[in-house]
Amino acid sequence: MTPFSFEWQWDIGHIIFFGFLYLVLTIVGLGLSWAGLKTVLQLLGLMWERDLEEH
Amino acid sequence: MKHEHNKPLHRYGMVIDLDKCTGCGTCVVACASENNVSVRPDESDKKRFISWMQLYMITNGKEYPYTEVCYIPRPCMHCEEDGHGNPHPPCVSVCVATATRVDINTGIVSQIPTRCIGCRYCQAACPYHARYFNWWDAYFPKGKGLERYLSPEVSVRMRGVVEKCTFCHHRYMRAKRKAEAEGRRELKEEEYITACTEACPAGAITFGDLNNPKHKVSQLIKSDRAFRLLERLNTKPKVYYLSSKEWVRRMADNYLPEELKPVKPLALRR
Amino acid sequence: MDSVLIPEGVSRCSAKKFFLWTLPWILILIWGAVSAVLCLWKALNQTNMSNIFAFALWIVFDLGLIALGAGAFFTGFLTYIIGKKELKDIINAAVIIGFICYSGAMAILGIDIGQPLRGWFIFWHANIHSMLVEVSFCITCYLMILTIEFLPIILENNKLEEIKPARLFGKNLHSIMAIFAATGTFLSFFHQGSLGGMFGVMYARPFAARGGFYIWPWTFFLFILSAIATGPCFTILIVRITEKLTKKKLVPDRAIQFLAKLSGILLSIYIVLKITDTVSWICTEAHKAGLTFMDFYKEGPYGIWLPITEIGICGIIPAILLVVPKFRKDPKWLTIACILNCIGIVLNRFSFIIVTLAIPVLPFERFWSYLPTWQEWGIALASIAYGVLIFSLAYRYLPVFPKEKELNPIS
Repeated sequence: MTPFSFEWQWDIGHIIFFGFLYLVLTIVGLGLSWAGLKTVLQLLGLMWERDLEEH
Repeated sequence: MKHEHNKPLHRYGMVIDLDKCTGCGTCVVACASENNVSVRPDESDKKRFISWMQLYMITNGKEYPYTEVCYIPRPCMHCEEDGHGNPHPPCVSVCVATATRVDINTGIVSQIPTRCIGCRYCQAACPYHARYFNWWDAYFPKGKGLERYLSPEVSVRMRGVVEKCTFCHHRYMRAKRKAEAEGRRELKEEEYITACTEACPAGAITFGDLNNPKHKVSQLIKSDRAFRLLERLNTKPKVYYLSSKEWVRRMADNYLPEELKPVKPLALRR
Repeated sequence: MDSVLIPEGVSRCSAKKFFLWTLPWILILIWGAVSAVLCLWKALNQTNMSNIFAFALWIVFDLGLIALGAGAFFTGFLTYIIGKKELKDIINAAVIIGFICYSGAMAILGIDIGQPLRGWFIFWHANIHSMLVEVSFCITCYLMILTIEFLPIILENNKLEEIKPARLFGKNLHSIMAIFAATGTFLSFFHQGSLGGMFGVMYARPFAARGGFYIWPWTFFLFILSAIATGPCFTILIVRITEKLTKKKLVPDRAIQFLAKLSGILLSIYIVLKITDTVSWICTEAHKAGLTFMDFYKEGPYGIWLPITEIGICGIIPAILLVVPKFRKDPKWLTIACILNCIGIVLNRFSFIIVTLAIPVLPFERFWSYLPTWQEWGIALASIAYGVLIFSLAYRYLPVFPKEKELNPIS
């Protein structure tokens, strides 16, 4: 359910419940993206070259 | 359409007079055919059959010639509370997909089969066993003409969903449409009654608005004979029973050993 | 044959022996697959579930698995958030066990619901007042997190490590594991609780109904506590079984002892609270419903032996065994304590699911019996077979136990 769904109500329950759901999904998404992006940048040799040398 | 006290405008309810009920089962059949309830080739499997209106037979457990029998037809109780003071039935708050709701205007507890995912949590929450799961695909014997008698007003349920008595909600919609066409806002008492009420040959079932003092049900529930099933659980069912027999009224609830004394003195005795 | 895949510096049995070990489990998986196809194709009439036993064997397995899998989040929390270094030696195993438990439970749930294709309705048409919605949200998200936690371990495989992007990705993921562990802890806390809440809020079912604090019935807190008290014990148990089968020492004692001691303390607190809760339930909720304690234990096989076994034999005894250092340090007693503890939690979940439904509330309703069909057993046991297979594969091909090389040098 999103705030655009017809069932959505702007009450405290919906805000807390879905707030946390979307927060968790965002954390998971950002975490994965960060790891993915860092990997790509390392491979392209743009950043974190020092990390690479260690391995 | 709400009262100031957040109470529904109408509270449709049912009163079943067990002194009049003969246990003939007409209400069960009428309900099943009105609501397109699927049948099975073998209906003896009482753990998995579907009967929105289920008929129980109870006895006082005494030897002949003191044996007494009573039949209890049990539709959905359309509870008003969950037993913890929350203003919804025990089954509504547990539903994951919002597939069952209480209509704020009528107090009727609805079931949306097309939205039900079949988790059966509502069945677990209902102490009256008023909810039925479709363990099979809908089945109406071929070549026997049963499928031609299906009501176009009620959709046939698919397998894997829960269904239950809706107080013939389609009859309420039909009556409301008629009233609206005639420019009326309120329904007359006899305009909306359930199929079981209409079919009962003994006239044991009465249906109407518990909020309307003119309706017969609201008068009947004030009777000394009136009781509800499992009242102690505080689910506030809108289905009431009438019985002049104390043992019947005692059978409707659980009692602690120290409470085994007359529940409520009866004014009206046989 | 598969030697290139086996981690360096450790010994593993031959590929043939390994295949023979997996064979019975594969057969159970096939049994489960046949059952699943039957249930999905012919509907749930393949089971012995009924309108009375709306929840049955599968839900017992689900709740049991989720409770036992709590070791993953709790060990993760202690390792990454609290910083208990000794647990680094066992965290991989805990994560894999958690992943197995949660994915197995989700797979069973997918078959258990009547309309699996509508599973997404839980998210799209969510009824936020339902405890089961909270459970579904949290276990789905938590399974994602467990997968993310499992991924770096998979990518450490000898062959996969040769792929540079995979190796880098795994290392990068591992570097931010604390964030995932924290999120997982938050999610687990709530879904373990909500699983208990699911039963506590069935106010019209006197056996399950409980009072509580604000919107949370007492079962909410008891389920969290029992899960974190038993989860680590299950992890220890699996490690010990693996050690027995492989005839190797895999995890240093200090990690095991730390978890066992913590389990013991938590279990002791839990048992005290559980007894308090039971007594207060008899005096309030059950009393109000007009039922005495023994009214709940007079039907069918669900007798008084259930609470005695659950709280006494599988609660108080393992709590003592785990708290007293003499017993805890003895591998035999430790294993017995872990087994009892795990049985106790499964019995607790069993009671809340099966006994709640088996006891008729209407005085004139008869007692119905229930025995699972082979299809139900097939799917339930397949979750165990799946777990054994995943864990065996992980042990064989992945560096699950970081101290294995050190503890078992190849001469």
